Amino acid sequence: MRPAALRLEGVSKRYGRVLAVEDVSLAIAEGEFFTLLGPSGSGKTTLLRLIAGFEHPDTGRIELAGKDVTAVPPYARATNTVFQDYALFPHMTVAANVEYGLKVRQLPREERRRRVAEGLAMVRLAGLGYRRPSQLSGGQRQRVALARAIVNQPEVLLLDEPLGALDLKLRVEMQVELKRIQRELGITFIYVTHDQDEALTMSDRVAVLNGGRIEQLGSPVDLYERPANEFVAGFIGVSNVIERDGQRLVIRPERIRILRPEEAPDIGSQVEDGLVQDVIYAGMVTRYAVQLDRGGRLLVVQQNTESAAHASDLRGRRVRLAWRPEQVFNISAPQSDRPEPKGNA
Amino acid sequence: MTVGALARERPAGRVTRVQALLWRRPWMRAALLLGPGLTWFVVIYLASLVLLLITAFWQINPFTTAIERVWNIDNFRTLVTDGTYRLIILRTIGLAAAVTITDAVLAFPFAYYMARVASRRVQTALFAAVLLPLWASYLARVYAWILILNHDGVLNWSLLLLHLPPASLGYTNWAMWIVFSYIWLPFMIIPTYAALERIPPSYLEAAADLGARQGRVTWDVILPLALPGIVAGSIFTFSLTLGDYVTPLLVGGAGSSFIGNVVYGNVGIAHNIPFAAALAVVPVAVMALYLVGARRLGAFEAM
Repeated sequence: MRPAALRLEGVSKRYGRVLAVEDVSLAIAEGEFFTLLGPSGSGKTTLLRLIAGFEHPDTGRIELAGKDVTAVPPYARATNTVFQDYALFPHMTVAANVEYGLKVRQLPREERRRRVAEGLAMVRLAGLGYRRPSQLSGGQRQRVALARAIVNQPEVLLLDEPLGALDLKLRVEMQVELKRIQRELGITFIYVTHDQDEALTMSDRVAVLNGGRIEQLGSPVDLYERPANEFVAGFIGVSNVIERDGQRLVIRPERIRILRPEEAPDIGSQVEDGLVQDVIYAGMVTRYAVQLDRGGRLLVVQQNTESAAHASDLRGRRVRLAWRPEQVFNISAPQSDRPEPKGNA
Repeated sequence: MTVGALARERPAGRVTRVQALLWRRPWMRAALLLGPGLTWFVVIYLASLVLLLITAFWQINPFTTAIERVWNIDNFRTLVTDGTYRLIILRTIGLAAAVTITDAVLAFPFAYYMARVASRRVQTALFAAVLLPLWASYLARVYAWILILNHDGVLNWSLLLLHLPPASLGYTNWAMWIVFSYIWLPFMIIPTYAALERIPPSYLEAAADLGARQGRVTWDVILPLALPGIVAGSIFTFSLTLGDYVTPLLVGGAGSSFIGNVVYGNVGIAHNIPFAAALAVVPVAVMALYLVGARRLGAFEAM
């Protein structure tokens, strides 16, 4: 069996009284797009910095391609980082920035030139090598930072919220770009973000972090369809939790149907009555907030396959909601149900 | 016009009229704000510089020492041809350069520690340590150095205790170099510190991430980005040394005259003000050249 590209064993890091990362263990396969997802302060960036070597763990082991690198300084690790603020050297041209890592490693000039050209072409910036970072747009700087990291052909590429500073349209564009580059290069990506959409669309697997611990680790489908607990259910997707018979249940909003007055539910469906409190038209979909008679509130999302001009008529009306029982997930307390936060790679 | 519109109109008082005028004519506002300072600068500073330059092309009657307004360049010719003056000019510029380099070398690691290593409290303490000497009189500090460097001063006394041969540094160019370097050091540390503090830590991490060890990071990233600050500091150390005449007088030896000392001698003793003016033009010209160079290196953005 090939060794994992990266393995963490019982890694903890404490800043004063704050436990930033608590006993994290995971294994990431070679060529995997792995995302660390969590709110700010969840320890995801600290975890990335531990992997890069900018921080030293208090306990635990970090292995890169089967080698223990826990005590190896960042300049000797086979990782490269794309920083949140890009950290491009302002006194160097774009080409000199991209070349820097190759120059430090004393590669021959010809090879350096070739790799810089390849790197810039890969991020679609060919021909801009002579510019200074200050003469580039935010999206272009982001690409330079990416090129500067990938030309070194790292074992693992670390990305610290690289798209955080870009506007939405550019962000979606770059998500596609990143995924393409990752596929073409076959490099292992470890991607830090607080954006669940980004995590779900790009990743092979996602580790959801909260308070320095891994809450759940799995594929995007696992996380969305089978959230392990209320935190994951709420952080990924909309928190649609109701309490029935002492059990806390999650139902994803697009799995709920609003029945027409005379319509009978499908056989085996669960049905509850409620009052539509609010209707929000959002173009592609319409969202309904429904207060249930048995207590609790559910958000329902419906595709606007036909004109939704009459959707707002439902405001203040009584409706009947229906969903299939297999779409309901029980996230009540028993922590033993929680899947082991270990990689299955 | 309706009644409502009338009610909303403010009475056009004197103040609002002036404000409106200033708003319509931005140059008036600029004149009002810059006027006092600019007047001072033009009348006192630039005018005296121009007078200095003009006087430099006059001469004195060698018998009556009266100024004769005859245009000539004899003063400058003497400066270039007379070996004594050439030596003094070169000594002044050379020592100013030596002091500047010394201060840059001393200040960089110190400022680096202050900006990037020290904790908040240590940083404050170091700041105080750097700035505190500036509270004491310049003269007091120079005299303190005389007590240290004198033949039977603290330095030789310490050397004697260590069974080392005495060093006779007092009243030499070495003494001037030491005293100048000490006195102007804070003016180099502060701008260097400011430049170092502005370098985002992620730049250093990025360099390390790309394989550079500490020495390489310092050379490739920290030094180039701190250079404007160092050059800004060097403007102070260089110009302050260039124009000084007290330290050469007090710690320098017999053959340690600076341009300033000769200017002083020509004004006070020889009464040859045109020649003093010509000599005084030298540091002004040198500084002008220096500032052009400093601007190229981005020193003005760092101030």
